[in-house]
This record gives sequence, C-alpha cells and structure tokens, in this order.
Amino acid sequence: MSGRPRIARPPLTEWLFWRFTVVVVVCYALLPVAWLLSLSLKPAGDLADGRLFPRTLSLEHYAAVFHDPQFPAALVNSLGIGLIATLISVAIATLAAYAIVRLRFPGRRLVLVAALAVAMFPPIAIVGPLFDLWRGLGLFDTWAGLIIPYMTLTLPLAIWTITAFFRALPWELERAARVDGATRLGAFRLALLPLAAPGVFASAILVFIFAWNDFLFAACLTSTGASRTVPVAITFFTGSSRFEQPIGAIAAASVVVTIPVVLLILLFQRRIVAGLTGGAVKG
Amino acid sequence: MSGARLDERRLGLLLCSPAILAMLLVTGYPVLYALWLSLFRYDLRFPAERAFVGLANYASVLSSEVWWRALANTVLITVGSVTIEFLLGFALALVMHRTLFGRAAVRAATLVPYAIITVVAALAWRFAFDPTSGFVGGLLGLDHAWLSERWSAFVVIIAAEVWKTTPFVALLLLAGLTLVPPDLLRAARVDGASAWQRLWHITLPLMRPAILAALLFRTLDAFRVFDSVYVLTRGAQDTESVSILAYQALIVRLNLGLGAAVAVLIFLATLGIALLYLRAFRSGLTGRDWGGPA
Repeated sequence: MSGRPRIARPPLTEWLFWRFTVVVVVCYALLPVAWLLSLSLKPAGDLADGRLFPRTLSLEHYAAVFHDPQFPAALVNSLGIGLIATLISVAIATLAAYAIVRLRFPGRRLVLVAALAVAMFPPIAIVGPLFDLWRGLGLFDTWAGLIIPYMTLTLPLAIWTITAFFRALPWELERAARVDGATRLGAFRLALLPLAAPGVFASAILVFIFAWNDFLFAACLTSTGASRTVPVAITFFTGSSRFEQPIGAIAAASVVVTIPVVLLILLFQRRIVAGLTGGAVKG
Repeated sequence: MSGARLDERRLGLLLCSPAILAMLLVTGYPVLYALWLSLFRYDLRFPAERAFVGLANYASVLSSEVWWRALANTVLITVGSVTIEFLLGFALALVMHRTLFGRAAVRAATLVPYAIITVVAALAWRFAFDPTSGFVGGLLGLDHAWLSERWSAFVVIIAAEVWKTTPFVALLLLAGLTLVPPDLLRAARVDGASAWQRLWHITLPLMRPAILAALLFRTLDAFRVFDSVYVLTRGAQDTESVSILAYQALIVRLNLGLGAAVAVLIFLATLGIALLYLRAFRSGLTGRDWGGPA
C-alpha cells in the first residue's frame, strides 16, 4: 500500500525520501538568491569566471552601490511610495471589510465582485491613459503618481484578505461591548482590534510586496531619480560604460532589497499563507 | 428598529464608498479613456495631427503581423508556464501535505520566491544563463548563448516565471488539499480503490474550486507577462509579449492612439479568459456530482 506514515516510526527509506524532497525544495527556492549573493561578493575581476560560488570575497560592489546616488534615492522612493500606498490601501480596505462582514446593506457582494474584477485587470490597459492624464495633472514622475495606482490595484487583495480574517473573528465580543454601551468604533477598537491586528498586518505585508515588486507602472510613469523605484533603478543601472551592465552592482543592490523582505515574510509566514490562500479558496 | 436598519445600510455604503470610488476612478475611468483614445490618431510626437479615426487603429493592429506574433508568443508563455507551474505546484502541495518532517522549512522556502522582486529574479536568471558570467553553461556543459536564440530564450522566460509563481500555485492547491476529508480517502482505500483512483475520483474533484482558482489567477497573470520578458530579452529574438508590444507603442513610441487600441485588445482577451474560467466554475457548481468513490 502507499506510504502514509503510521503512528510508529516510518521506515528509513521513507524518512530519507522526505528529507531529500525537503532539501530539493529549499535549494529550488534559494538558488537565485544564493546566486545573486555570490555574484555580489565576487571581486570585479572574478565576475566572468562562471562559477556558482565566489573564490574570494569582496564588499566592493556594496560600497559602489551606496556611493552611486541612483540606488539610495530609489530605495527611499520605493520605501516611501510603498509604505504610503500600503497605509491608504489597508485603511480603506479595513473600512470596507468591516462593513462587508458586520453590516447588512445592499451591494455587499458587489464590493467583493468589483474587487475580483479589478484583481483580474491587466495593468497595461490603464498605463497609457494614466501616462496621458498624469502629464496633464502634473503627476508624472511624482510619488503621488505611483501611490494612486498602487493603492487602487492592491485594494482587491487587501479587501479579500482582511474580509477573510474578519470573518474568523468572534463578533459576539463586539456585540457584548455594544450592549454594554460602547459606541460602534469603541466596541470594535476595544473588543476586536487586538485580535484583528495580526491579520490586517499580514495583508499590509502582501500589499507592500505588490507595490515593492511593481515594474510596469514605475517604468512608465517615472523618468528621474525623483520617483524612480528600486525595480526600475536596478534594471536601468548604468555603469562606467553604457554598453556594459554593472553586474556586480546590480547583484549587490538586489541582495540589499531582497534580504529584508524575505526575513519579513518568513517572520509572518503563517498569517501570510492564510492571507494568500484564504480569500482565493473560500471566495 | 427600522431606523437602526436604515442607519446600518447608510453606514455600510459609507464605509465601502472610498474603496468603490478609488476602484472606479483609477481603473474604470482609465479603461473608458483608453477606449476613447483608441479611436483617435494621437501621437505625442505630432500632437497637432490628433484626429478622430474611428476603428482605424484596431484595423491596423489586427492586420499587422506583429500583433499576432506577440499574441502567439504570449499564449506560448502562458500555456507553457501555467502547465509546468500546475504540475510542479501540485507535487509541491502534496509534499507539504504529506510530509511530517521539515514541513515548516518547505513552507518557508516556498515563500522566498514570492518575496523577491520579479525584475530582480529575472536579472538573476539572465546572469545565470549568460555565457560569460553565468554558471548554467558550465553546469550543463553547454556553450550556448541562451537569450540570443528564440527557443532557448523562451525556455529561460518560462523558467523565470515558473520559479517565481509555482509557490503561489502550491499554496492554493495545498489549501484545497486540506479540504479533502481524510475519512473519505480512508474509506475508499478500505473499499479497494488504488492510490490513482483515489486521486482521480476523490481528491481532484473535491479540489476543483482550488484548482480553478489557481489556474484562473495564474493564467491571467501569465497573460500579462511584462517584467521577465522586458529584463530577459526586451522582446528581442521574437519573444515580444502583448504587454511589451503595448508598452513599446505607448511609452517608447508615444503613439497613444495605437497603444490604447493594443491595450483594449489585451483587456478584451483577459475578459474572454476570465469568462471561460467562470463558466467552468459554474458548471462545476451545478454540474453532475463528482464526489464519492462510486
């Protein structure tokens, strides 16, 4: 029969098989990260050696990346734009999710359906119009010019995940607080906010990653260091010669922007997995 | 009582209004604007020549070979990457579902690709497949400039997409797998159903919603592929996707009329894909009963 593990210790071959599988999966996930890390630590002379692991280590590319004004500016833009868009998107989505879960009103389902429609939307379809509109409104190459599309396109993700988290809350607590005379806001804040906060925070991470990851809008709606974000800056990095891509600097910048986000995601993995899958499967 | 009811309605609409307004203003309105722009000759390099041309932009897009090639390329990338992602993702989901050892490590590992910027991952692949700096050539013992030939450029593009998004598919399918009641599987086994029969007649039908959700999201996502193609080939070697084509028309050549027509066509194609999947969903809900090892 097939090898479902019994209550007792599973056979050694099976144990080895699963161990091996785990190692394969972990290698699969980490290979490009390890490769970028390796490239970023190779001294300039070794970049073309075609080896997976560096022979000698050097931090010269990290120094170069932070000396060049392009990358630090892009880092500030990415963090600022991403955090502001996340804050607005999550705030708006929390209001909507509260209404969807707690209140009875016409068009409740419609909000979720509209959000689903926006989630399926091809972003390229609105890049042209936004490009034209932003030039007219003076929003081209500004933070606001990117914050507006990011906060909107992340609303579906935020609404669906926060709604899913809210559905699981013990709303009796809130009703009890209201019976005891608390206002609607007071009841929510006192009874449920502490329980809801981790879920809301997990969707905030998902929203931030969306904004942090975007290349299309940032490539089309920015033109200078004033609002260029990390993905665009890294892709358009220029080295000493314009025909040669500064591989070491690109790798170093990539590592700098990758490690913190990976750590953040691993720290909150349980809730992030719930957020990623909850809305999609139950909806 | 009815006053409170009315209050609740008003509050509900009020709380949802910012979200609805934002979605209407920033996606609904621009799409209509794109539709409008697509009916004009509107080139930012020659703004004085702006004129209403009816469907002429659509005619020129649909009669150009470039559009059809980009569409074929996009379909190739979509079908290739979604198929591989589904198979790999299913295997990964089974591993996460069945394994008792290192489940946490596997789950953590699957989240890593999700946390990496698509462009950064694509750059990593580009350097890896590069004949001078990359290790892939040495590893496989091949001296091949992967990105300078069409078929191998597609291999790299699809590999980059697969690497980045398989975890998402796996997590969705895993969520579906956990919905399959273990008792049902055990009962089927007692009745003599083979592992294959159990998978085919119980697990897969019960996972149908999760499978369709994963396929729908990934198909739409793959169809709008832009970042990976841009970084890996910039559309060279005839690997241009429809999104790259629209970007070239809109942002590089500043031909907003023509670009808007391409964008509207992409929008319609996306709508078509979504409707096909939604029909499959519905037939799954009302169609014949799948459950049970009959």
